[in-house]
Amino acid sequence: MKSTSAPTPYTLNHPRWYRKRVSTYWWFQRPEYLRFVLREVSSVFVAYFVVLTLLQVYMLSRGPLAYGNFLNLLKNPFVIAWNVISLLFVVFHSITWFNLAARAMVVRVGGKRVPGVLISGSNYAAWLVVSAVVAWFLLRG
Amino acid sequence: MEAKPTHVRLEPLLWILFSAGGVVAAFLIPVHLFLQGLAFPLGWAKAADYSSIAELVAHPLVRVYLFVLCSVPLFHFAHRIRYTLYDGLQIKHLNEVIALCCYGSAVVGTLVAGFLLWNIH
Amino acid sequence: MADTIHLEVARYSPESDAVPHLQTFEVPFRKDWVVLDALNYIKDKKDGSLTYRWSCRMGICGSCGMLVNGEPKLTCATFLADYAPAPVRIEPLRNFPVIRDLVVAMNDFMRKLQRMKPWLIRKEEKPVSAGEYLQTPEELDIFKQYSMCINCMLCYAACPVYGLDPLFAGPAAIALAQRYNLDSRDEGAKERFPVLSQHDAIWGCTFVGECTRVCPKNVDPAGAIQQYKLTAAIDWVKSVLLPWGGK
Repeated sequence: MKSTSAPTPYTLNHPRWYRKRVSTYWWFQRPEYLRFVLREVSSVFVAYFVVLTLLQVYMLSRGPLAYGNFLNLLKNPFVIAWNVISLLFVVFHSITWFNLAARAMVVRVGGKRVPGVLISGSNYAAWLVVSAVVAWFLLRG
Repeated sequence: MEAKPTHVRLEPLLWILFSAGGVVAAFLIPVHLFLQGLAFPLGWAKAADYSSIAELVAHPLVRVYLFVLCSVPLFHFAHRIRYTLYDGLQIKHLNEVIALCCYGSAVVGTLVAGFLLWNIH
Repeated sequence: MADTIHLEVARYSPESDAVPHLQTFEVPFRKDWVVLDALNYIKDKKDGSLTYRWSCRMGICGSCGMLVNGEPKLTCATFLADYAPAPVRIEPLRNFPVIRDLVVAMNDFMRKLQRMKPWLIRKEEKPVSAGEYLQTPEELDIFKQYSMCINCMLCYAACPVYGLDPLFAGPAAIALAQRYNLDSRDEGAKERFPVLSQHDAIWGCTFVGECTRVCPKNVDPAGAIQQYKLTAAIDWVKSVLLPWGGK
């Protein structure tokens, strides 16, 4: 059978793909994403602690009166409430950090990988020891 | 789709600072914040008096400790908040400005910490 | 237990629809049925136009990845019994363009994977007469986890960074690059480094960790990426401290 003189032009069929736009509130839409963003936001409270400590050092250098006034400011209920929230976030940072450290570090002993639980466990233990040492310094007066 | 080489030259350093800051913050900040922010103001534990604290802080090793405590975590904060703003708020077009503000604030904070701790009498 | 369960399946026909919509089907509920069984039932008995990918039906080919109630899962490994009696929502993988119904376009992932040079790179191939490459069990153990990847792309559907930044190389691609970097037979780590140490590769990752949570093969791509960040950072320190030597 003979073909016709001009072949029919063929148009490649490309289907119209659907692309969903990512919402600005993507971080709110699943609990795992919210948890992640809260972890990132904990860094704000880390920075707040630095500011608090630097303020305290500055007031210390200004003399006992200024320092005493600053300590009274710390007793303000709003400041206390804020510090409670900050402490929760800062502890959240520590816990998530130690848990993630196990995954980010590969420690091999004798050809086998040390289980993650041991790595995070030793981090928690070190956290306890370091905190005890710092507390001793701050409490002994 | 070429990545900007300058960013990659700095990125490993910024990540190292972020990690170091995260470690310092994770180990040290909770106990400090608990004591300084809650236990002492609320009277759960007795804080040392002014002259003892002033003497403690004046010690050079303590000053170095406080400097590390008050500088490296700032870079941890800067790095994390930079990515949160970049990803969370999707304001990528302000990428350079965000990075400058974030790390800039960490540098300023570090300088302030250095200045304050150097000048303790 | 009821003997039927409702499936809300995302339908999208590029010829006639502007956006996807959910269509509800009632399928028999059998204790041992997985979501894929239900989809096959719909296609056989209710609506033959339902379009989706599947192949091995046993969790090794990586074809049947979809969102089940918003969670990236292999439909051949997700039991209806875990969701009954509530309706189950089936949607195509997040963060990918939808071609039709439950089928997504994988082109982006394939391109990124290829960029990572996921093959053994050697300066000189050993001739066959020289025998096999020998590898101890310890050497195998170093990269074995990352070789388990079945390219199912559940990690891309879970990764918020990939959703926000289409240029991001993504978990599986980087994990597979690491699989070859860590293979004792491979000599291509230096070649892969400039591809990996980029803003749209490892440095774009913020260790959300969702990729590792949804991976059906326990590849732990998040761990692979963080480990490579450390490698790249150490490399950077070496290049700063020893700019003349080191490499």
